[in-house]
Formats: sequence, C-alpha cells, structure tokens
Amino acid sequence: SNDAENTAAHHRNTLQFNTYSHRKQLFSVCVTLSEATEEVSLDSPERQPILSDGPSPVITPVTPVMISSRADVFDRSPDQDEDEEENRDTFDIQISVSDPEKVGDGMNAYMVYKVLTKTSLSIFSRDEVCVKRRFSDFLGLHSKLASKYMHMGYIVPPAPEKSIVGMTKVKVGKEDLSSVEFVEKRRSALERYLLRTVKHPALLKDPDVLQFLESSELPRAVSTQALSGAGILRMVNKAADAVNKMTIKMNESDAWFEEKQQQFENLDVQLRKLHASVESLVCHRKELSVNTASFAKSAAMLGNSEDHTALSRALSQLAEVEEKIDQLHQDQACADFYLISELLGDYVRLITAVKGVFDQRMKTWAKCQDAQVMLQRKREAEAKLQHANKPDKLQQAKDEIREWEGKVQQGERDFEQISKNIRREVGRFEKDRVKDFRVVIIKYLESLVHTQQQMIKYWEAFLPEAKAIA
Amino acid sequence: MQEGLDDGPDFLSEEDRGPRAVNVDLQTDATLQVDISDALSERDKVKFTVHTKSTLPNFKQNEFSVVRQHEEFIWLHDSFVENEEYAGYIIPPAPPKPDFDASREKLQKLGEGEGSMTKEEFTKMKQELEAEYLAIFKKTVAMHEVFLCRVAAHPVLRKDLNFHVFLEYNQDLSVRGKNKKEKLEDFFKNVVKSADGVLVAGVKDVDDFFEHEKTFLLEYHNRVKDASAKSDRMIRSHKSKFLFSISYFYGHSPLPLSCFQTLFPVQKIEARVAADEDLKLADLLKYYLRESQAAKDLLYRRGRALADYENANKALDKARAKNKDVLQAETTQQVCCQKFEKISESAKQELIDFKTRRVAAFRKNLVELAELELKHAKGNLQLLQSCLGVLKGDT
Repeated sequence: SNDAENTAAHHRNTLQFNTYSHRKQLFSVCVTLSEATEEVSLDSPERQPILSDGPSPVITPVTPVMISSRADVFDRSPDQDEDEEENRDTFDIQISVSDPEKVGDGMNAYMVYKVLTKTSLSIFSRDEVCVKRRFSDFLGLHSKLASKYMHMGYIVPPAPEKSIVGMTKVKVGKEDLSSVEFVEKRRSALERYLLRTVKHPALLKDPDVLQFLESSELPRAVSTQALSGAGILRMVNKAADAVNKMTIKMNESDAWFEEKQQQFENLDVQLRKLHASVESLVCHRKELSVNTASFAKSAAMLGNSEDHTALSRALSQLAEVEEKIDQLHQDQACADFYLISELLGDYVRLITAVKGVFDQRMKTWAKCQDAQVMLQRKREAEAKLQHANKPDKLQQAKDEIREWEGKVQQGERDFEQISKNIRREVGRFEKDRVKDFRVVIIKYLESLVHTQQQMIKYWEAFLPEAKAIA
Repeated sequence: MQEGLDDGPDFLSEEDRGPRAVNVDLQTDATLQVDISDALSERDKVKFTVHTKSTLPNFKQNEFSVVRQHEEFIWLHDSFVENEEYAGYIIPPAPPKPDFDASREKLQKLGEGEGSMTKEEFTKMKQELEAEYLAIFKKTVAMHEVFLCRVAAHPVLRKDLNFHVFLEYNQDLSVRGKNKKEKLEDFFKNVVKSADGVLVAGVKDVDDFFEHEKTFLLEYHNRVKDASAKSDRMIRSHKSKFLFSISYFYGHSPLPLSCFQTLFPVQKIEARVAADEDLKLADLLKYYLRESQAAKDLLYRRGRALADYENANKALDKARAKNKDVLQAETTQQVCCQKFEKISESAKQELIDFKTRRVAAFRKNLVELAELELKHAKGNLQLLQSCLGVLKGDT
C-alpha cells in the first residue's frame, strides 16, 4: 500500500509493516523495533479511541461491542482492497441535515436540525437513523474530536462558524429573506461538516461520532459556549499556543514538512483572497439584477409611448427579454454563492486545521527536545553525585535517568507517529481537495452553461421581432 | 428628399471601420462626404481631423482635411440654432463634450497604487482601463462624426456657409468657449424657453398632425431620458462584473491547464458583451434623447411662430378697428404668416423623416444587439462546454 512506501525509508531503526486501514482493510499493524529494547507494540490509532491530552496514549478499556463491530467492518475480502481503496464514491454512508425547526422563543430560542443517516456499514446499529441535533451539539462533537485526535496529527474537519448576528435575527423571529438564507447556509454547512467527518476513516469509527449520529439523547455541550469556563480556557490556550509558536524554533530535518507548510501558507492566502472576490462577485450580480429589472420596466414604458407599431412591439419584447435575463442573473448569483463561496469558506477553515496539525507536530518535537534536555540534566546530576557519598540520592538519580530515557523514547516515538500521520493525512487532504474543487467547478460551469443556453433562447426569440420592424 | 439616414453611432470593431459605415441605407452621395479620419487625444482636449470629399464647386479642392476641436463643433451647431432661416428644421444635436476625466482619474489612481498589487493584477487593470479609455475615445469621435454627417446629408444645411468654412478653413476658427456671462445668458434663455414651451405646448393646435406630434414627443422624450439613464446604470454594473478569477486555483490545484486556458477567454468575452451593449443600447438611447430634444425645439419654434402669427392677426384687427397703421400691421401679419407656414411645411417633413430615421436606427441597433448577444452567448457556451468536457473526461 501507499503508506508502506512512504514510511519504509523513514526510520532507519524501525521496521514497519503498515497496511493502512481503510474501512475495508485489515487492521493497521505497526511493529517497531527500537535499538535499546526489543519492543513490540501494537500502535494502531484506530485502537485508541479515547485519549487524554498528553502524547503518551492512555489506553482506556473499550467496550467489547465496539471492538467486535469494528472487526466486522474490516472483514471484507482482501481482493477488494486494492481497487476499492481509492473508490470513496461507494463510501456507503449518506448523511443529510434537514428540516430546521425553531424551538423556544426570544433569546433562548434555538434551531434544531434533523440528522438522517443511511448506511449499510455494520458499525451502525441500524440502516437508517434519524436524530435531532442543535448547533451546539455539532460544536461539541468537533471539540471532542479535536481534543482526541489533533495532537496525533489528524486533520479534524472544523465545524461551521458561530454567528451571533445571524442567530440573533433568527431568534428574534425575523422571517425575512436574510434569516432564511442564514438558516439554509448553516444547514448546508452542517451537512458538509458531518460528511467530511465521516469520510475520515478514523473519525467514522469514533464512538462520539457514532453517538452523535445514532443516540436520540445527547448531553448538552455546554462547554462550547464562548463565555463558559471551557470557552475561556480555550481562548487562554490559543493565546499560549500563539506565543509558543513564536518561541519554538524547530530544527526541520524533513524537507517535505517544510515544503508542505509553505504550500499551505500560500494556499491559505490565495483562498482567502479568492473567497473575498467571490463574495464581491455575488454582490455585483445582485446589483446587476436590480439594474436590469429597472431598465426592463423603462424599456417597456418607452415601447408604450413609441407610435410606430412594430417598433413599439419590439421594444416591449426587449423589455421582456431583459426581465428574463434579470431572473437568470439572480439565479446565477445563487449558484455563485452556494457552490463556490461556501466551498472556499470551508477550505479556508480546513487549512487552518491543517496548519494546526503542523503546529501540533512542532509541539511534540518541542516536548521531545525538553525531555532530552531534562535527561541530559539528570545525567549531569548523576555524574556529580557519583563523587558524593550519597547512595540513596545516587539511586534516585539513576531512577530518574531511566524515567527520562523512557520519556525521550516515547517522545521520539510520538514524533515519528505524528509525522507519519500527518503525511498520510495531508495526502488524503490533497486528494479530497482536488475532488471537492473539481466537483464544484463542474457544477458551477454547468450552471453557467445553463445560463448561456437560456440567453440564447431569449435572444433567438427576440431577433425576428427586431427584424420585423419595418 | 432626405436620405434615410441612420443616426446610431456605429463605431464597432476594426473590421467595421473600413467603409466608415456610419450611415445605413444612405444613397452614397458623392457630392459631399464628410468623416473624421483621425483624432488625437491630448491632455485637456481632443483634436479631430475632419476629412471632406466633395465634387461641389463651392470648395477649392475635391479632397481636403482640417483639424477641429470640440468648441468649433459647438460653434457650428449654435450658428444653426440661431439662424432664423433654419427655424423649420430639426437641428442635428451637438456632440457631447469629450469627457475623459473619470477614466484619467482611474488611470492615475492605478499608477499610484502600483506598489500595492502584484504585477499581474497591475497589468490586467491597466489593460482594462486603457480599453475603457479607448472605448470612450472612439465614442466621442463617432458622436462628432455623426453630427457632421447629419449636416452633410441635410439638403439645406449642407449648403450653409459656416459649415463650409468649418470644413475648409485650415486655420483655427478662434471660437473660444463661452465665457461666464454668455453661459449665464444661455441659462436664462433656456429658462425662458421652457416657460414658453409650457405655454406654447398648452395651446391646442389646429393641425392634427402637429397636435399628435407634440403629445408624442413630450412623452417620448421623457421616456427616452429615463430609459437612457437606466440602461447606463445597468451597463455600468455589467461592466464591474467579472467572471471570477480562477487563476488562483491554477496555482494550487492540479486541474488541467487547458481548462484555465479556456476560462480566461470567457472572462474576456463577458467584458466585451458589456461594451457592445453599451454601444447598441445605451448610445442609441442617448442619441435619441438629444434628437428628440432637437425635435421638441423645432416644435417650440413653430409654436413661437404661431403665437407671433396670432398676435400679428390680433394687432391687425385692432389696427383695422382703429384705422391706424393698417398697412404696417398688414405687412407684419404677412411676414408672420409666411414664416409660420414655411416652418410648418418643413417641420412636417422633418418630423416625418425623424420618425423614419428613428425607426431605422432602432431596428438596426436592436437587430445588431440581438445578433451580438447571440454570438457571444454561443461563444461562451462553446468554451464552457469544451472546458467541462476536459474536466469531466479527466478522472
């Protein structure tokens, strides 16, 4: 498989067999042989569903149900592996977010969305599950996934953004066009969010995800509120991270990472620019539509006052054509917006998640470095104690050295693992990006094609009228 | 007999400039052909090279050129308007003053902001602004040319002495622009005219033809004004629209190169559609706004003459009643009568010709507008479909 090729040459002291597990493949097995000890560990991320924040994974007992159902998933015929690995189109799960419903009144009101999952995957308890979720539930899910997986280098799809202005309008009960649009935008964004999340092979099997999609009752995710304790903690952490980023000077030995990071920086800038320009395009189209409609009316009036009959008729026809074109412009503006602008927004956020994952790697490296520094210090301390006559302290020093040697090894392993994960994640991200953009561009072009075809129809109908003016 | 003259300003792409197709179905009159063969845009003025070909004996040569500026065109126009002899004709409307200020300002701003944008963006914007400048330039040339052609085609105006001087005298005509005092005088004249206009328009005309024309023109003129303003606005927002620049994708997404190469022309085509619409629709409406005003002015003059005639009649009756200065009153009345009848006769023909010209111009421009829109839509469609083909085929 691909990953085998990627990682084979990577660690000179490691022999790794890694058939990266997709839902249809076998478990990933990673056998590491370190120099110091003959250690064999099963280091598959899929088997570590619940983790703490630290790099040393704590394996929490997982309910037997989960394990067996996961085994089911991977119990496919091996010859399907090769050709279906790339074939995500037969990814057998459909999720729809629909039927937004307002619950409650005034400032405590909120929207509830119906989440319908249709799947034949056996990790799910039923073929079809329908649950009701609110926006903070989605945010809560993302928060949990991020805390579990980001530090391992997984690109966790970001949740849609909060919008105080948008929601306030909805809460207050304004039934106008902009709040309808807002709810629709949000609904669509939530759907895309879920689809991206389940597309990630590790996240699909995450118990939190399964719970989100299947269980009828979900504990309220209070910690997603901006001003909650958790929210403030998040802000503080973000600030701390920003400071750390500035102070960590990583010795990048791997050119791939350096290159990729630069690429993502550039892509970020370009995407933001493009996003802004699409939004302004949509604005202009709406303006054009207003002006076309106004001109159409004016042309109709002119046609009325024209006393030459055939010309009068032609001018009225012109007015009608312009009115129809106005409608086309409006529809096109919709297409422009929904198709492209939303995708770009998604990707701007995704790139932030990708950059976050690179940062995590840096943090892991820093931790590893810190451990090495500590180890060095402990060794120095031990060396000093060699000449003092304090056997207890010496023993303690030796114990500490062993402890820190262990930490250094773990740190190096973690760094290896996160680097490996990131390479894989980035590869998957790029593939998905190409696909996503391609799909959207095709749809956009098709809508442009439709507009042109309609324009041709309208002008072809008008032409004989114009020629008939005698 | 007035030739069917198309008044739509007709400067299109380079191909159409060949036989200087300003006038449609005009029996090419070899006796007098006028065109603007060249134009030079300087800092604050435009110099037009007026080129004349004529077999008329009035001119010293058969073919000659002079350089004229906008003020000289205005002088010529005003001399027609002030000439009592021409009261019964629709005076071809004066060309609008060349206005490059907006365009120049934009180019200047672009120059100032050069440092803050990428080289590509700068070149692209510069090209767009230069194209805009060129379009405005072409338009002003065409407007001035149309004015001259209309005069040249008019059976009476073409014989005007001032016109011949304008065409032939190869020195500066020294017609300075109006100073403040004169502009103010003009302003008051116009105010009076419009007050009069209301007065005169209110008097019901005995002649059905003119009564109808009055009602028609008043309404038509207003509607054309409105349509012209709205079409300008529509086209301005059309111009600021752009097919979103997919070039960013190209740098960062492995989509086929051929796809982007086809999408850039689509963007250009959209810009050109906006320019063509501008010509066909907006310029046409603007021109007929001015023409309908000129026609209204004619009706006003006739109305004045009618009022004078009626006053002269009343004066004659009074004189006869008092038996004082009867002969003088009779002469005045005769003069007024003749003037009125002369104006009425030519006005009738002018207005009929105006209608013919208008219908022909609208027909031509509407047909060309539809054909151009179709051409561009079909071109766009082809490009888009080929691009889609590449994208879809590339799995």
